Amino acid sequence: MSTTAPDPVVEADAPEVQQQGLSSWTAWRPSPPSARTLLLAFALLLPAIALLGDAGWPQALRIDLVPTLDSFADWVVDNRDTHPVFLYFLLHLSNTATASVDWVHGLLTSAGWTGLLAVSGTLAWYAAGAGRHGLRHAAVAFGALAGCGLLGLWEPAVETLALMLVAVAVAAALGLLLGLAAGLSDTAQRALRPVLDTMQVLPSFAYLLPLVLVFGIGTPSALITTVVYATPPMVRMTALGLRGADASVLEASRSLGSTKWQRLRTARLPLARHQLLLGLNQTIMMALSMVVIASVVGAGGLGESIYQALKTRDFGQGLTAGLAIVMIAVWLDRTTAAAGARTGARPGQRAAAVATVVAVVGLLSGQFLARGWPEGLTVDFAAPLNTSMDWIVGHFYQDVPVLGGTDVWAGGITTWVLNPLNDGLQALPWWSLLILAGLTARAVGTWRGAVTAVLALAAVGVLGIWGKSLYTLSQVLVAVALTLLPGFALGVLAARVGRVERLLRPVLDAMQTLPQFIYLIPVVQLFNAGRVAAITAAAVYALPAVVRITTQGLKQVDPAAVEASRSLGATTWQQIRQVQWPLARPALLVAANQGVVLVLAVVVIGGLVGGGALGFDVVKGLTGGELGTGLVAGAGIVCLGLMLDKLTQPKTPSASAAPAARH
Amino acid sequence: MITTIRHRASFRTGVAAAGLLALLTVNACSAAETTSSSKVVNLHTPSWVGAEVNTAVAAYLLEHELGYTVKTKQMDETPAWDAMSQGKIDAILEDWGHPQEEKRYVEGNKSVVAAGDLGVTGHIGWFVPKYVADEHPDVTDHKNLNKYTDLFKTPESGDQGQFIKGDPSYVSYDNALIKNLQLDYKPIEAGAEATHLAQLEQLYKNKKPFLTYWWTPQWMNATLDLVEVKLPEYKEGCDQDKDAVACAYPDVPLKKWMNAKFAAEDSDAAKFLKNFQWTTEQQNLVAKYVAADKMTSEKAAEKWVKENESVWKAWLPKK
Repeated sequence: MSTTAPDPVVEADAPEVQQQGLSSWTAWRPSPPSARTLLLAFALLLPAIALLGDAGWPQALRIDLVPTLDSFADWVVDNRDTHPVFLYFLLHLSNTATASVDWVHGLLTSAGWTGLLAVSGTLAWYAAGAGRHGLRHAAVAFGALAGCGLLGLWEPAVETLALMLVAVAVAAALGLLLGLAAGLSDTAQRALRPVLDTMQVLPSFAYLLPLVLVFGIGTPSALITTVVYATPPMVRMTALGLRGADASVLEASRSLGSTKWQRLRTARLPLARHQLLLGLNQTIMMALSMVVIASVVGAGGLGESIYQALKTRDFGQGLTAGLAIVMIAVWLDRTTAAAGARTGARPGQRAAAVATVVAVVGLLSGQFLARGWPEGLTVDFAAPLNTSMDWIVGHFYQDVPVLGGTDVWAGGITTWVLNPLNDGLQALPWWSLLILAGLTARAVGTWRGAVTAVLALAAVGVLGIWGKSLYTLSQVLVAVALTLLPGFALGVLAARVGRVERLLRPVLDAMQTLPQFIYLIPVVQLFNAGRVAAITAAAVYALPAVVRITTQGLKQVDPAAVEASRSLGATTWQQIRQVQWPLARPALLVAANQGVVLVLAVVVIGGLVGGGALGFDVVKGLTGGELGTGLVAGAGIVCLGLMLDKLTQPKTPSASAAPAARH
Repeated sequence: MITTIRHRASFRTGVAAAGLLALLTVNACSAAETTSSSKVVNLHTPSWVGAEVNTAVAAYLLEHELGYTVKTKQMDETPAWDAMSQGKIDAILEDWGHPQEEKRYVEGNKSVVAAGDLGVTGHIGWFVPKYVADEHPDVTDHKNLNKYTDLFKTPESGDQGQFIKGDPSYVSYDNALIKNLQLDYKPIEAGAEATHLAQLEQLYKNKKPFLTYWWTPQWMNATLDLVEVKLPEYKEGCDQDKDAVACAYPDVPLKKWMNAKFAAEDSDAAKFLKNFQWTTEQQNLVAKYVAADKMTSEKAAEKWVKENESVWKAWLPKK
């Protein structure tokens, strides 16, 4: 590889040779210093700059949007009963949303509990290709639903399921359309990308109140929030699938005289089937993570059960309801994944007939038995869960020999890491941070990325939330570090030891789908309300993605290379450090980037346990009715996200590979 | 080849259609059942237990004594006010004061009207645990708080003392108080009520000193023994300017609110909800059934209603 890289000195000299005499001083100019050198020099100078310049963002460069946004809320309230936009469009939208979720809920309830179990089981079986292989998936589907019933959560689970089915259907349809546009047109792809990023990073708490004002509480707002959050993966995967279609197949299809539309329908879409189903799968997971948020505006379901349980600090009951969400997630995940992975022939007519018979028998028996889950058939897990939680908190909070206990650690991290980092950032003049961001982004990626990073950071200052954003930024940086270290370690371990990976899988599943509200209580009990509690909650959420991407990256390293190094007598450590690690570097960088994005996604949750700053403002925006404050803080989080993304995202492989392919 | 595929496809479509049709028929039967009752009342279930039991008791009586169907909707306070103005919920039974929403909906578009007092008086203040007050008797006056910054300081608050704030949606002007009383304290957000309670409980269990925003009635007062810190006396209007405020929180007679249309219809349900009025002790008792004894709010309401017939008889509309 290194042989093809141009020698920087030669490159710098080349224009000079051609344009001799055009400007004489270029003749003796040394090659320009690299971004990395500049960055290092600048970083060393920072303490001096901090002493010289004024800290913070200048007052003159601010725009206060809060009053404008607040008066918008008043306008909506005053006009929503009379203005045509509401009467003839938005009201219909909100009524349709409510009606369709109610309809699906009625459908699910009327199937009866046996009917629902039978239908979901057979659907999973059929989707997995029927036969013996499908039985395992049928068992997962059956077990997940029956589990919700056993935990005494049948009713809320069905409510949640109804909302999720409609939300996923809408998100998938919308995602497919946008994905088609992005997959077929480069302009659409470029235009959609920032929109999709914003949809995922803008905290839903921030726009929930405006949605409530416009669309009303309950189903409509919950549905729209869920769709906004869950659509992007479907768009991305659809576009990816369409763009990745095998050129030779398309060529063949074209030579047979098919029209563009025929090619799309008969070749491109079927070829992208795998990506489409993966997109659907991700959309379902994202939608399920909105269940608790939806309950804040009265959408009911499992989210409400969690909210209710935590009010009385019944951690066990909250966790039980959370587990029901996890089970539904595992069920839908495995079913859609099986449908995506299925290869070979479709299940035959006999399988279809069997599935129909089982479903119909279930539905019929559902009509004779009671509609809901029988009350006698429930198990109470809450009490033992509470007891074990109390035990853990009691034993780890303080007075642990040698280690000191979580109370002491939290104090240590706050005093020795968070406070100095925050103080340092706050003491720097605004322009020096902009330069730092620009240089870092340039050293990691491209000039374009550097400009974006600087603009994003500047936007935070203009919005008047400079200090708060830096306060949040310092937490995010620490949280990312605390996520990446154990994440990489676990990832390496899982990649080398198969058993660890199998053991980790359900744990990681649960960590990703369990609503964060549930573990906030033990986190606060262990670490006290404050920034460390917020960071811990964020790390728990972001860790699974980092572990998974690291594991996958390491496992994809050519086994031959590892084998070769082993035969040369390399120790395990040497294999990891000198062979697997460098080869898996791209995957590791993606893991780091995902760690940043996911940590940012839970900044708001951190605001609920003393993280303060932006996360807290977003929460206050919804619960305290301060629309402007919430939206501006939300925008601040988006800007931080944009900047950190540019600071951690290396030149995309496709961008660097594209010119190479053209040669 | 193509024909067999098409054959299968049409067969599968047939199966799917048949299944859907079966579900639809089944659904049609059940849809007819649920639309019979028109006497429906929608009530707000708030995020704290005290107010939740108001709703539970009212709902129980509306259903069992007046023959209504009650739908309860749980959500945060600000969305609840908006829902009430739109008639999506009919009443809020416990309100601690929302001046901004009152201006917008009561005076503004007149979609919400007052429905009388709940009977419970709320009180907000600053509190320390009793074990701290016992050891340092003069800590219970704000003038002495600066003497105790070292006692209350945590890694999170640095050199200052730590003041633990309440849920972001609750009425508070602690930041202004700390500034205007020149206290050397740093306010820390403990977040949602659930995490605030978890934090206090943990500190209390480990006998650690803390200074916090707290209020009565509150069911946890049965287990946490807290002593109030004296703030400068509340005088009418001293909390008008939220930035200059330097006095204690007022006692708040908790209020009930109703959707204007619902109130104007003057149904039995509206009359009943206007009459609904009980004491702090009564509310705390039912709240304790829910929070400490882990009853569902319906069961707790049922228990209280069965034992206190004389109290709620007076709430029913006169025939």
